[in-house]
Amino acid sequence: MELFVNQVLAGVATGAIYACMALAVVMIYQAIDHLNFAQGEMAMFSTFISWQLMQWGVPYWGSFVLTVGFSFVAGIAIERLLFKPLAKAPILTNVAGFIALYAIINSVAGLIWDFTIKQYPTPFGSSPFLGSQLISTHQAGMIGLTILMLVLLFFFFRFTRVGLAMRAAASLPESARLVGINTSWMIALGWGMAAAIGSVAGMMIAPVVFLEPNMMLGVLIYGFAAAVLGGLTSPFGAVVGGFLVGVFENLVGTYIPGVGNELKLPIALALIITVLVVKPAGLFGRPIIKRV
Amino acid sequence: MSAAEEVVTEGQAVEAVPKRAMTLGYGTSLVVLVALIITPLLVKNFIIFQMTMLLIYGLAVLALNILTGGSGQFSLGQSAFYAVGAYTSAILMEHANMNYALTLPIAGIICFGFGYLFGKPALRLSGVYLALATFALATAMPQLLKLGFFEHWTGGVQGLVVTKPDAPFGLPMSQDMWLYYFTLVITIGIYLASVNLLRSRSGRAFMAIRDNEIAASAMGVDVALYKTLAFGVSAGITGVAGGLGAIAVQFVAPDGYTITLAISLFLGMVVGGVGWLPGSIVGSAFIIFVPNIAEGISKGLSGAVFGVLLFLVIFLVPHGARQVAIVATQLFGKLKKN
Amino acid sequence: MLSTLRIAAAAAAVTAFAATSTTAFAQKKYDTGATDTEIKVGNIMPYSGPASAYGVIGKTEEAYFKMINDQGGINGRKVNFVSYDDAYSPPKAVEQVRKLVESDEVLFVFNPLGTPSNTAIQKYLNAKKIPQLFVATGATKWNDPKNFPWTMGWQPSYQSEAQIYAKWLMKEKPDAKVAVLYQNDDFGKDYLKGTKDGLGAKAASTIIMEESYEVSEPSIDGHIVKIKAANPDVLLIYATPKFAAQTIKKTAELGWKPLQILTNVSISVGSVMRPAGFENAQGVLSAAYAKDSSDPQWANDPGMKKWNEFVDKYMPGADKTDTSIVYGYGAAQTLAKVLQMSGDDLTRANVMKQAASLKDFAPDTVLPGVKLNTSATDFAPLAQLQMQRFKGEKWELFGDIISGDVASE
Repeated sequence: MELFVNQVLAGVATGAIYACMALAVVMIYQAIDHLNFAQGEMAMFSTFISWQLMQWGVPYWGSFVLTVGFSFVAGIAIERLLFKPLAKAPILTNVAGFIALYAIINSVAGLIWDFTIKQYPTPFGSSPFLGSQLISTHQAGMIGLTILMLVLLFFFFRFTRVGLAMRAAASLPESARLVGINTSWMIALGWGMAAAIGSVAGMMIAPVVFLEPNMMLGVLIYGFAAAVLGGLTSPFGAVVGGFLVGVFENLVGTYIPGVGNELKLPIALALIITVLVVKPAGLFGRPIIKRV
Repeated sequence: MSAAEEVVTEGQAVEAVPKRAMTLGYGTSLVVLVALIITPLLVKNFIIFQMTMLLIYGLAVLALNILTGGSGQFSLGQSAFYAVGAYTSAILMEHANMNYALTLPIAGIICFGFGYLFGKPALRLSGVYLALATFALATAMPQLLKLGFFEHWTGGVQGLVVTKPDAPFGLPMSQDMWLYYFTLVITIGIYLASVNLLRSRSGRAFMAIRDNEIAASAMGVDVALYKTLAFGVSAGITGVAGGLGAIAVQFVAPDGYTITLAISLFLGMVVGGVGWLPGSIVGSAFIIFVPNIAEGISKGLSGAVFGVLLFLVIFLVPHGARQVAIVATQLFGKLKKN
Repeated sequence: MLSTLRIAAAAAAVTAFAATSTTAFAQKKYDTGATDTEIKVGNIMPYSGPASAYGVIGKTEEAYFKMINDQGGINGRKVNFVSYDDAYSPPKAVEQVRKLVESDEVLFVFNPLGTPSNTAIQKYLNAKKIPQLFVATGATKWNDPKNFPWTMGWQPSYQSEAQIYAKWLMKEKPDAKVAVLYQNDDFGKDYLKGTKDGLGAKAASTIIMEESYEVSEPSIDGHIVKIKAANPDVLLIYATPKFAAQTIKKTAELGWKPLQILTNVSISVGSVMRPAGFENAQGVLSAAYAKDSSDPQWANDPGMKKWNEFVDKYMPGADKTDTSIVYGYGAAQTLAKVLQMSGDDLTRANVMKQAASLKDFAPDTVLPGVKLNTSATDFAPLAQLQMQRFKGEKWELFGDIISGDVASE
């Protein structure tokens, strides 16, 4: 029983990483209607920027704010420069573009900062949280920050003009244009916000997994899985999905005898697919109704 | 939330490619064929080996093209089928001492079954969800191959070394050249069969599903059957390619069949032109040679150079080699008129 | 069966050559890839892909041979180091090695990295009688001169290192309850096997848990929690640097203090111990054969001074905490020695013969007392390690230098 509780807690702690990333995944999905394979690398690059700023003597929160700002602008710039010209191209060509972006960012980061792992500071400390050694104050802080972002996003999409316009542009671009929304800039804005959220995710994840150019590779797989499980249209679902995947994976690794440990990712993914077969839009997603 | 918001008009994932546009004219085909037959006689063994790999990856890209370009289903899991084919051939050759040529149809059949079964649950998924499911398959495959349970057959993490076949009947050619022609015959066979498949009743059903699933089912196409069939056929061809790959490389190991391979095959399809079968070989050339070019430009930044080259290609020709072919045909037509 | 015969014949040729070639220095003899002015050396490295961190080794070797060439080359010949990217993929490795051999026409292939890639090219190179020299992997199978007379390892094998730990445990902590955390690939499995072989009959009772992880996992915290629940008192960490650092850090965060033994692959002070936290790493045990570039105790060591000068001049801006630079330097220096010994007889057979006649050679970067030795029956140049314990901000060596040759099966 103690092992069970411990594994659930450890799963929640790891799940916070996935939840953070899943939120960024949902953000971009809201804006462009597909997944961005370069998202993890963008977050990694942002995290390196903040690390570099700290090396130059900028205090933590200062570099945090600068990095979020930089990522927002960089996200918009990437959309304007690289993906706006591809707006008319087939979706699969766009996906190829994401893969190209992935290769570029990964390779450039490796050249600038090398592939050795780097320690990344946490603003929350890493002492045990509420007496439990399984969740550190950093992980608790990360969960708190994720929830804060979630709430902010909720209000942004529900109650601000820009947020509403973005949703309109993503779901019904034609009609949105008719009511005077600049849908092209809404997409750019989506990129910027996704990059900014991703940078927060990166800066929260780095203290746990260490900073290096390949740090987001595994995280992104889990982030996708979490977002898809929760429903790609629901930020709330993405966060819940993240925690579920984290706990799921730990329990599979601990309790399925024999192959559980070696196959915990495949088994966790298989379970997610099973969920999707039953609920194709994810746990909290809007059901997709097709119009013929 | 208004009702209108809940209705998502699903953008067509794959553009409609008319089936005539899926192949090359006879003249061009003949030129390509002659080039493929003659070149090996003039070049070094190493180039022959590269050309063999070109055909093998070409087959795998073709298989993906049938699935995506033909039936509109997206897959990031082709590396898994390739791996199953490769291991089937390798295990049969090394453990059962079977003739290499006989292992290929078996690899194809096993992969067909595997793909067909995978296509069943995948039926309920589309778009990103299908992408995730196939992606999951691709990430799971190396881990399955490593599993201690199969280690006796698969060699576990160490992989299996495969013996390369000599030319039969004492033919005076090197192993590489023999394997190349052997692969070429199989490739041509599969290419012709695929073209015919897409022109047949089944092919029309695939394309009807691709263009509009609901309309297709309204017209009496058994959507479930044809979608799973497309998965099976695609997996089967990929399996044969995998088997050939194992023989050519003489080695199979879990590290050879990671998600990177699936992504490469996907890029090959996009660069070659989705739905345009002859483009498969162009796409295959892209994924084999462009990394070499990128590395030649800068070793430290080879990934970045590759990315930039890829961007250039998709900026210039978003529809891949198919677009080049179309433009070329139009130019040719104009020249003729003048 | 033909290939086995060929290999046997090649082995016979090498031995015959060894017996008769005392006068080899007298006249100039060349195979493809060597001339009066140049020696062409081939290499493959994962410059891109999942193992791109190791690409630094190739860059170091390239820089090292640039330095050698600036100093006038080896016996008057420049070294032309041709290195290609295999992206850590066996099919690509085969393609690139064939390009090196058939298109660039190199004399031999030096320090190709990775067990899967090396396994993929081994048969081809041996059939063509081209040396596959000083492979950059610690698998045991490279020391097999009988079946593969053209393949030679360089670093101590993973299994022999693991055996050293096992023997130490049996002596110092005979009642230990051991948990093994290993990476689920050839590297981790080799260590696991070595540990079990070393413990022998006691393996079953001593090892209470074997836990593997995949490289694709972002964090391995869940595994550590699981291992802790089994309550072992010794934790063997057979993990690559990132995961090793995570393990040391997480163990400390859990307030758990088992005796930790760490693989030699992950002992970098700068890129493992510091990120993991020095306070968390106190008392960790390991074994080493090379000096650590970020360890202050070698600041005045003549060998490491030469290394530092080399990095400053030929690899400006490189991360000196990266153990790959120390590794690449040592391997390249060994090759330079072999080429120098080969003199004017730059045939493939002679290069192989000289590589198999290293006597007490000590590159600048290995620990004092560690020597490279090879013979016609011993294709494992480095086989010595010394135990060390982490204290303060550096490793403290203790005990004798232990030789741990393991014969390949």
